[in-house]
Amino acid sequence: MARVLINVPRSAKRGDIITIRTLIQHTMETGYRPNAQGEVVPRDIIRRFTCSYDGAVIFSAELSPAIAANPFLSFTTVATRSGTVTMTWEGDNGFAQTETRPIEVT
Amino acid sequence: MRRTLALLLLALPASAQDRRSGFEDMARETQAMQRDDMQNPGMLWVAEGEERFNRDCTSCHTEASMRGVAARYPAWDEATGAPIDLAGRISACVERHQRATPPARESQALLALTAYVAHQSRGLPISRPTDPRLAPALAQGRALYGERRGQLDLSCVQCHDDNAGRRLAGSVIPQAHPTGYPLYRLEWQGLGSLQRRLRGCMTGVRSEPFAYGAAEYVALEIFLNDRAAGMAIETPAVRP
Amino acid sequence: MIVPTRRLLLAAPALLLLPRQADATPEAMAEAVRGFTGGAPVTPGRVALDISPLVENGNTVPLSVIVESPMTEEDHVRAIAVFNERNPQPHVITAQLGPRAGRALLSTHIRLATSQTLLAVAALSDGSFWSDRAQVVVTLAACIEG
Ligand code: HEC
Ligand code: HEC
Repeated sequence: MARVLINVPRSAKRGDIITIRTLIQHTMETGYRPNAQGEVVPRDIIRRFTCSYDGAVIFSAELSPAIAANPFLSFTTVATRSGTVTMTWEGDNGFAQTETRPIEVT
Repeated sequence: MRRTLALLLLALPASAQDRRSGFEDMARETQAMQRDDMQNPGMLWVAEGEERFNRDCTSCHTEASMRGVAARYPAWDEATGAPIDLAGRISACVERHQRATPPARESQALLALTAYVAHQSRGLPISRPTDPRLAPALAQGRALYGERRGQLDLSCVQCHDDNAGRRLAGSVIPQAHPTGYPLYRLEWQGLGSLQRRLRGCMTGVRSEPFAYGAAEYVALEIFLNDRAAGMAIETPAVRP
Repeated sequence: MIVPTRRLLLAAPALLLLPRQADATPEAMAEAVRGFTGGAPVTPGRVALDISPLVENGNTVPLSVIVESPMTEEDHVRAIAVFNERNPQPHVITAQLGPRAGRALLSTHIRLATSQTLLAVAALSDGSFWSDRAQVVVTLAACIEG
């Protein structure tokens, strides 16, 4: 499992716009880099990120090799109700990771 | 060779004489990345180190007991009768106390543990290495720092004392304070130790670097800490 | 201030081995933008692409896009895409969002192989497309050394 850092506020007022920030450990191997033997290292990147909350996907993104190693993403959502924020990263070589964070909305 | 160096360095106003961390020489955006724990990729290694520490080390240590430790390393190691750096100290613990195979230098496991332990001292001042048993290593470090080396025949002094603050091609030459290690270097796209940084400076002047773990690096680190005594620890720093 | 031959002294020689022939081009970027807009016209405005004009290392470059929008059911940003001219590929990132985002905002860290132009395009719920571009000078290009 890749190491992740996630920042979702523990609590928020209904209607507040909250910021969600994520950082995940991944080399994002571009597929353009030759190794010491001069052979191109095959691409190995996270291709897709999805964030769901309160019954729907609220944000998703398609990533390319131009995203830096250890991808950082920050976006916003409106706090609607208490529940779970679910984040999924998917990529080359079967990479798949899901993380959840609770949020309390008052 | 001195003429070559003069040519290499683009004329910029001489730097301030005050000691300044490499942090000060970075672009505002890179500084912001270091300051923000959610954007500083080094924090991923600290998080891994924390997990490893809680699994492998808390039978004998607590998180609180690690505060301030990094500020006084390298220190004297009774068992070997030699100075030891923080990564070496952690490896020795694994070997002597856990009776397990110590993690290799620059391995993900050792970098993570070292980053976690050093992070406990973030903001604390580096202590001056006053232990008299460290004096010979300190002297050796000072000598290594002043010695010309490599095909370019340059010493650390020529870059980091005589020309600090000037630009060498794209990079500002920092004053070489070891305040942020292990740190996330954008160039490496990963975390690396002070020894990796020093190897980079050695191959930069076309000289053969010492092997990882060599006593020369520990001596250099003791000297760099003496020079940087009182400056705040930044681990995990970010550098270009 | 940038003299590439001098850089050789300190940086790994491998730095200069970026596969030039695989570079994206302004045409490839225009093509990728058409893929995103379906050929609809793109108007400069409403979008703010925030990136440092002078980047000290192309490996990790903070970038943000903010689009002016009320983000309501009737009037919102559906997607934000970022393109570049001179990386090996023109596409950087595409994000899908909607009224539940509250704000049309995206921040990430990107790689830049060299100095170039970046373009951010926003797709709005009314079918219009808006954009902003930024010129970036990279002093140390995204490196191929691990
Ligand atoms: C079985 C007990 C034991 C375990 C497990 C252990 N240590 Fe230690 N550690 C010690 C002892 C005892 C010392 C004091 C120095 C000595 O005798 O080596 C020490 C010293 C240290 C120091 C230096 C502290 C100082 O104030 O100078 C560090 C850092 C350290 N250990 C880190 C670790 C880490 C990280 C781990 C887990 C990978 C670990 N230790 C696991 C027993 C242990
Ligand atoms: C030719 C000039 C030059 C020489 C000689 C040189 N360095 Fe460096 N050093 C640099 C530059 C430039 C950097 C900044 C990083 C970069 O862009 O490579 C640097 C970075 C460093 C850093 C990192 C500082 C930080 O903020 O993390 C340390 C420590 C360091 N050097 C120590 C040394 C030591 C010790 C020696 C002698 C063995 C040495 N350097 C020799 C040019 C040099």
